[in-house]
Amino acid sequence: MGGLYRFIPLMVVAAPPISFSNRWLRSMVGFGVVLLVLAGLWEGYKLLGRTDLPLPVRADNRSMPHLWDIVRSIFEPARRGSEETLGWVLTKASLVTFREAVAGFLAGSVIGLGLGLLFVRSPLAERGLMPWVVASQTIPLLAIAPMVVLWAGKYRLPLWIPIAALAAFLSFFPVTVNTIRGLRSPSPTSAELFRSIAASPSQEFRKLRIPAAFPYLFTALKVAAGASVVGTIVGELPSGLPDGLGRQLLTFSYYYSSGPEKLYAAVLFAVLLGLTFVAVVALIERLVIPPTRRVAQ
Amino acid sequence: MTSVMVSLRGVDKVFPRRKGASTVALEGIDLEIRAGDFVSLLGPSGCGKSTLLRIVGDLLEPTAGTVTVNGKSPSRARHDRDYGMVFQQATLLEWRRVLGNVALPLEVTGMAEPQRSERAREMLKLVELVEFADHYPWQLSGGMQQRVAIARALTLEPSLLLMDEPFGALDEMTRERMQMELMRIWQETQTTVLFVTHSIPEAVFLSTQVVVMTPRPGRVAGIVDIDLPQPRVFETREETKYFDKLVEVREVLRAEEE
Ligand SMILES: Nc1ncnc2c1ncn2[C@@H]1O[C@H](COP(=O)(O)OP(=O)(O)OP(=O)(O)O)[C@@H](O)[C@H]1O
Ligand SMILES: [Mg+2]
Repeated sequence: MGGLYRFIPLMVVAAPPISFSNRWLRSMVGFGVVLLVLAGLWEGYKLLGRTDLPLPVRADNRSMPHLWDIVRSIFEPARRGSEETLGWVLTKASLVTFREAVAGFLAGSVIGLGLGLLFVRSPLAERGLMPWVVASQTIPLLAIAPMVVLWAGKYRLPLWIPIAALAAFLSFFPVTVNTIRGLRSPSPTSAELFRSIAASPSQEFRKLRIPAAFPYLFTALKVAAGASVVGTIVGELPSGLPDGLGRQLLTFSYYYSSGPEKLYAAVLFAVLLGLTFVAVVALIERLVIPPTRRVAQ
Repeated sequence: MTSVMVSLRGVDKVFPRRKGASTVALEGIDLEIRAGDFVSLLGPSGCGKSTLLRIVGDLLEPTAGTVTVNGKSPSRARHDRDYGMVFQQATLLEWRRVLGNVALPLEVTGMAEPQRSERAREMLKLVELVEFADHYPWQLSGGMQQRVAIARALTLEPSLLLMDEPFGALDEMTRERMQMELMRIWQETQTTVLFVTHSIPEAVFLSTQVVVMTPRPGRVAGIVDIDLPQPRVFETREETKYFDKLVEVREVLRAEEE
């Protein structure tokens, strides 16, 4: 438990009610504290591995490299005799994956928004199609990914298209569901207000339902951004695309025994990529929605 | 010369329920409201006050009977924008500032920009909230929000103002202040008001006429004319005649309970 105790003083320092005027700063501090706690748990668990307690997962350096070894590997050459550091290789791969994820995210959002609008306008379409939309999300992505890649190959489509399609497949669903919820969120009294001033259905839609749906939509877009990164990486695995993070993950898992910290570094980059994407969407949300609405949510 | 603003003849409203049963919310309602009057619908919960108000406002169709507003069908009147509506909740659009909320009906009618904001600002002056034009609804107290809702309801100069327990969610002190405010606005705008309330003192203080209703099925038990002097002021609540009217309304309510 020594590893854990080492970090407790740090938490106490952060815990007193320091009044930060800046909410952003406060959330960054919160993020840092969580990060430290997680790091503490990791290294603490490794310390436990030195005792002869029976542990569920082995804590030796091959199964769980030290955090500093993972971080150090990022600044060392990716391969023996290569000039490029692992960090640089993973950054390039992340950018490729990010491009595909953005394409998938955009396609998924447009489809999700379109389905949401359709379902709100037509209860018949909702009853007929919604069960299929829900069912689509129970299909294991890992199983269909090779098929989608194969089909795309038949039609000689560029490799990024089936990959983005898989990302879209994961990201459209939250957008559909939240678009419906958002467009239906205004109270019956608000609808009556619009009726009482003889607003047309399209005025009611533009001035009431769409603005009311915005916070819901952005919540969905943040989920979709994360999901699109997952979908992209899963799509990259069977595609044979040489440049993306998926391939790097695959490669480093082959060479796991000789350098486990490299696989962990690649996973770290995948997580950072997802977080960055979500943060970008959150930033756009800040610009689009006045502060009051976010507090209200 | 008093013209009739609202006329209801033999109005029934039946809500179907599951398994063939039904709720008779209103039965045989005959009522006339003169232009310029302030009429309250008073009665215990569930006696059909809101239902009646919503039928007049064309938010509900009566099951039987006829309704005319300004000599027109309620639907015609609604499309002519003869109505202003205020509900128990202010129902302001939280993403719009106060001015934008008041301007909403003007936007819907297609009024262009400099005039629209000017007009909305005038309405805010009427409810004494011009300084708050740039605030968001959540920055206002409940009473202020309700005043914004009243300003919004009045922007199109409706001939009939429909209010469903507009002060129901306010504390007693704010409520009395809002009642004074509403009296002043009613005097200034000369609109006809149909006002739903649970409160006997509120009904008597505000109204020229109190329509007492009873539940199961919803019926008009009696109509009490409140001929207290106008304008109603703070001292109105201290007059003997005011107390007499409270008693009179109470008697009508009790007679029905027996
Ligand atoms: N949409 C509806 N569907 C079914 N029944 C309804 C509906 N609206 C009202 N009712 C019923 O009609 C009756 C009258 O309701 P209403 O809302 O008009 O009463 P109210 O006098 O306004 O009551 P309160 O003072 O509590 O607001 C009640 O029994 C209610 O259950
Ligand atoms: Mg009611």
